[in-house]
Amino acid sequence: MKPRGPFATADQINLLELERSLRQPRTLLNAALTGLTTVLTLAALFPLFSVLYLLALRGGKQLGLGLLTQLPPAAMMTGGGFGNAIVGTLAIVGIAAMISVPFGILAAVYLAEFGPTTRTALVVRFAAKVLTGLPSILAGVFAFATVVMTTGGFSAPAGGIALALLMLPTIILTAEEAIKMVPAKMREAAIGMGATPTQVVWRVLLPTASPGILTGVMLAVARAAGETAPLLFTAVFSEFWMSRSFPEFLPKAFADLMKPTPSLAVLIYNFSSSPFDNQIELAWAAALVLVVLVLVANLAGQALSRRAVRL
Amino acid sequence: MSSNIGPAPKAQPAANGVLIDCRINELYYGAFKAVRDTHIPIKRGSITAFIGPSGCGKSSVLRCLNRMNDLVRGFKLRGHVHLRGQDIYAPKVDPVRVRRRIGMVFQQPNPFAMSIFNNVAFGLRLNRYKGNLEQKVEHALRGAALWDEVKDKLKSNGLSLSGGQQQRLCIARAIATEPDVLLMDEPCSALDPIATRRIEELMQELKKRFTIAIVTHNLQQAKRVADMTGFLYVDTSGGGRTGYLVEYGPTAAIFDDPKETHTQDYIRGEFS
Repeated sequence: MKPRGPFATADQINLLELERSLRQPRTLLNAALTGLTTVLTLAALFPLFSVLYLLALRGGKQLGLGLLTQLPPAAMMTGGGFGNAIVGTLAIVGIAAMISVPFGILAAVYLAEFGPTTRTALVVRFAAKVLTGLPSILAGVFAFATVVMTTGGFSAPAGGIALALLMLPTIILTAEEAIKMVPAKMREAAIGMGATPTQVVWRVLLPTASPGILTGVMLAVARAAGETAPLLFTAVFSEFWMSRSFPEFLPKAFADLMKPTPSLAVLIYNFSSSPFDNQIELAWAAALVLVVLVLVANLAGQALSRRAVRL
Repeated sequence: MSSNIGPAPKAQPAANGVLIDCRINELYYGAFKAVRDTHIPIKRGSITAFIGPSGCGKSSVLRCLNRMNDLVRGFKLRGHVHLRGQDIYAPKVDPVRVRRRIGMVFQQPNPFAMSIFNNVAFGLRLNRYKGNLEQKVEHALRGAALWDEVKDKLKSNGLSLSGGQQQRLCIARAIATEPDVLLMDEPCSALDPIATRRIEELMQELKKRFTIAIVTHNLQQAKRVADMTGFLYVDTSGGGRTGYLVEYGPTAAIFDDPKETHTQDYIRGEFS
């Protein structure tokens, strides 16, 4: 009897047996699973793209330069924009990044390089993981108690500190992973060249890990830029511009930072529940602008890190 | 540069041209005794090869010479390593400064994820070199026989080179700071025969300027390049796996007329 299937010897295999056959269970299973993964991927992307589509549709309708240069309209008024909220968002997120990025990266360097198994590192790593799940409103309450109560008022730094608290764990954990991913042989090469621990970190680990670190920072920035709850107790909102008159620009701008500061997130929150059509439409536009801002920051960051690696 | 590791050598002025006197009585990783009784004097301007079966501790010995073993938890050395008569394991010696005098090339090519130029300039910048960086980098790349291949793409990433080129880049990086000694830990084991041959030719050039110590699995390589050869073997008698130096001498003597039976067996290829 002639043996069949995979046990046939070489001269018994004919081409027909090698052809793909729909009658084989393996072929059917393969097709079914491929189809399933495709359908599930599309299902996962559907909500994402429908949000973006809706934003572009409703927000894009009234996009114009006026939105970026005018102040928010009061009730019943027409037109207006949210220029001050864009400036405020940049200021608050900038403050948050200035706090959380250096602390986060230095903490990550400690966790990954200097004391990966020390008790301190274990506690810090655990705390960071717990903090990633911190409800954002608690960050606001914390900043309210520590900053607003002690400085005597709502301010951009209060909002920045609340957001920094949310950004910090993301930055620590992603930067630690990125630093750990630097091949051990590169560390060894640096040490073999006679690099001090500081030089190993500054000249090899951080430059090599920079794309990963930047990804973490960008994730954190993107999350922080959209947070509303922490800002409701800390930066609140303002209908006015931060000072723009040039000669005394900086001191006055700093003084203005210590007053309630507007932000896109809070503007969207306030206006979306407004009974007035004009304000609701502005909320849509503001949401679109916020998404675009985060996107631009992301792309800029990626371009930056790609250039840093090539050099 | 000569002030880097303290006062100028005074004790034991390089007796009969010995640059590094390595005397390892016992080398431990934690409770594990990895090497014992290994005394290898390394002559200036020569190539010294360490051969032996896997696990005989030849890499451990090599890594003692620039204190790379300090990175291993539980490392402990009984014995000494004298560089120009000064013990590099003396408590006041800074291992970082030792490593700046004794360069190392590793088994796997390990260029940094930066441009070819910056790879070579790395050590110079660590030492805050103030002179003409371009000139030094070119000199080092020429010394590593890589200049002609990379002179038009100094800005491209070191990792974009082929394996053999990467290893020569690592050699250029190591020699750019003009160290006294170059340690090579199986530098050709990840390379093809042509790239290996280029590195071997390069070593003959480099030995005019540097003292070289090389660990190799490849007996023919040791025979081709080394002036002196040390044969290490594993002693499993005490239940552990402790490497020790069986025989050390001129390469020709080790290969043609080995005194010890272990060496004879190994060179004839009768085990491992």
